[in-house]
Amino acid sequence: MDHERYDDDYIAGILRSVKTIAMVGASPNWNRPSFFVMKYLQGKGFRVIPVNPRAVGETILGEPVYPDLGSVPVPVDMVDVFRASDAVPGIVEEAIAIGAKVVWMQLGVRHDAAARRAEAAGIKVVMNRCPKIEFGRLSGELSWGGFDSGIITSRRGRKVQA
Amino acid sequence: MSDKPKYGFETRSVHAGAAPDPTTGARAVPIYQTTAYVFDDADHAASLFNLQTYGYIYSRLTNPTVAALEERVASLEGGRGATGCASGHAAQMLAFFALMEPGDEFLAARQLYGGSINQFGRTFAKFGWTVHFVDVDDPENFRRAMTPKCKAIFVESLANPGGVVTDLEAISAIAREAGIPLIVDNTLATPYLCQPFRWGADIIVHSTTKFLSGHGNSMGGMMVDSGRFDWTKSGRYPSLSEPEPAYHGLRFHETFGDLALTVHGHALGLRDLGAAMAPLNAFLTLTGSETLALRMERHVANAQKVAAFLEAHPRVSWVSYAGLKSSPYHALAAKYLPRGAGSVFTFGVKGGYDAGVKVVESCELFSHLANLGDTRSLIIHPASTTHRQLSNEQRTAAGAGADVVRLSIGIESVDDIVADLDQALAKSAAAA
Ligand SMILES: Cc1ncc(COP(=O)(O)O)c(C=O)c1O
Repeated sequence: MDHERYDDDYIAGILRSVKTIAMVGASPNWNRPSFFVMKYLQGKGFRVIPVNPRAVGETILGEPVYPDLGSVPVPVDMVDVFRASDAVPGIVEEAIAIGAKVVWMQLGVRHDAAARRAEAAGIKVVMNRCPKIEFGRLSGELSWGGFDSGIITSRRGRKVQA
Repeated sequence: MSDKPKYGFETRSVHAGAAPDPTTGARAVPIYQTTAYVFDDADHAASLFNLQTYGYIYSRLTNPTVAALEERVASLEGGRGATGCASGHAAQMLAFFALMEPGDEFLAARQLYGGSINQFGRTFAKFGWTVHFVDVDDPENFRRAMTPKCKAIFVESLANPGGVVTDLEAISAIAREAGIPLIVDNTLATPYLCQPFRWGADIIVHSTTKFLSGHGNSMGGMMVDSGRFDWTKSGRYPSLSEPEPAYHGLRFHETFGDLALTVHGHALGLRDLGAAMAPLNAFLTLTGSETLALRMERHVANAQKVAAFLEAHPRVSWVSYAGLKSSPYHALAAKYLPRGAGSVFTFGVKGGYDAGVKVVESCELFSHLANLGDTRSLIIHPASTTHRQLSNEQRTAAGAGADVVRLSIGIESVDDIVADLDQALAKSAAAA
């Protein structure tokens, strides 16, 4: 699997299929990047469950925080990693244990060995991307801010529907 | 992010940013002639004001027609995103606004559009920003002039009034060594002729007033970000790396990654400086940009023929066009402008000031005005117009000596363009 560039259909397929996302490293501070992403994804109909051992007992955007993936009481489709790259191998092991289908690492987060381990377990992997940006790019919303979406189409519909 | 695009240049010129309107199916980009946009509810409004979600608030910041053009130009330049503005000068202002603090300095080529020399040297001084102008012909001049307070290097890829080609690769290496971004004004070349991001530029600015819109009917500017510069590493770009009080302590680079400069351009630059592009101008520029490749092909083909004609003309003492073998910039043009050396250049008419005035006043097809990058051929005598206030020495240094005539060659039938100059030069003989 080439992790330098992803096919639009690969990313769109993931964003169309997942419903519940566990966000590892979610912050309760409203001006942190993870908060922006969580809020945006919630607005697009995803259930986002925050995972952060330092914020247990708190609630982020209406969702209680769990200390680790194993404690999340509902099935998780995708694990979104808001942690430094060296934390990824441990998170991948937990993701395999809970039967997640996708491990998505945020911009700047990449661990090739852990990615291979996840893929060998049948998990789809995205690295060094942001699901908010990718959802926005494929739905047309990113273009509203003057960004190049790379998408050229003569059709009304978009690859993911905002 | 700017590895080889999936679609060709011409396809992107026509389609990038301009998918059919999802609501109406409108095929052309609608002119969203609106000031503001309704919120779904208070929470949606809060998310928008906090920059947590994509969306429109107020057309001083973003507008759908302008956004379509921003995406178009970003795509053509191979950039991450772009910020549309009221004019080319506004785009320059916006770029420096994001990078500079009072007391900061930057380096700029001495060979620039005269308006940029004024903007940098005089108006920017009022913000506490100091420019050092250097001769672009020797890239080492930038290294020699570098100071610890310098935050950027600014050059024109193909410099106005024409004929000067900048060694972008050499200068970008110097910028990289100093840890500062290279800003390239790509107005005269357009992305069809030159791709500055390929040569290491970090930011591109445009006066879309010129070839991008191409028909002499709409003002506009664009700041395009490559998304490649690390605004956090050196700690010298606090507007992008430090908590922004206007947004409750949000750090633009950390939060938006490679989108940071473009978000800043809209959410702070346009919000506070106010130089937004009008939707109608964006629409006209979108339409113009669809034919950019076709027009530029004809512009440079015509310019090459006109330059050759002038070079052989007995009333002409010199021609400064990088497409000519006689030009000292010919080799640089072959590297940076392989499809042609643009269509704006200068030549010297024998007989000095009066002969220059006579040529300009004798034209029937060329329009005598202060603009360039129009379908129409344009002519101006800088010494009697744009550079009038300067001393003789200053004029000569600026490439605007008494005998200098500047042309912007249009896309009319080339024989008619040549014939018009021929008869005007004949009349100038009488004045000399
Ligand atoms: C190279 C160049 N840059 C910038 C500008 C300024 O653009 P505007 O007139 O759109 O502000 C011009 C205008 O002539 C120009 O030629």
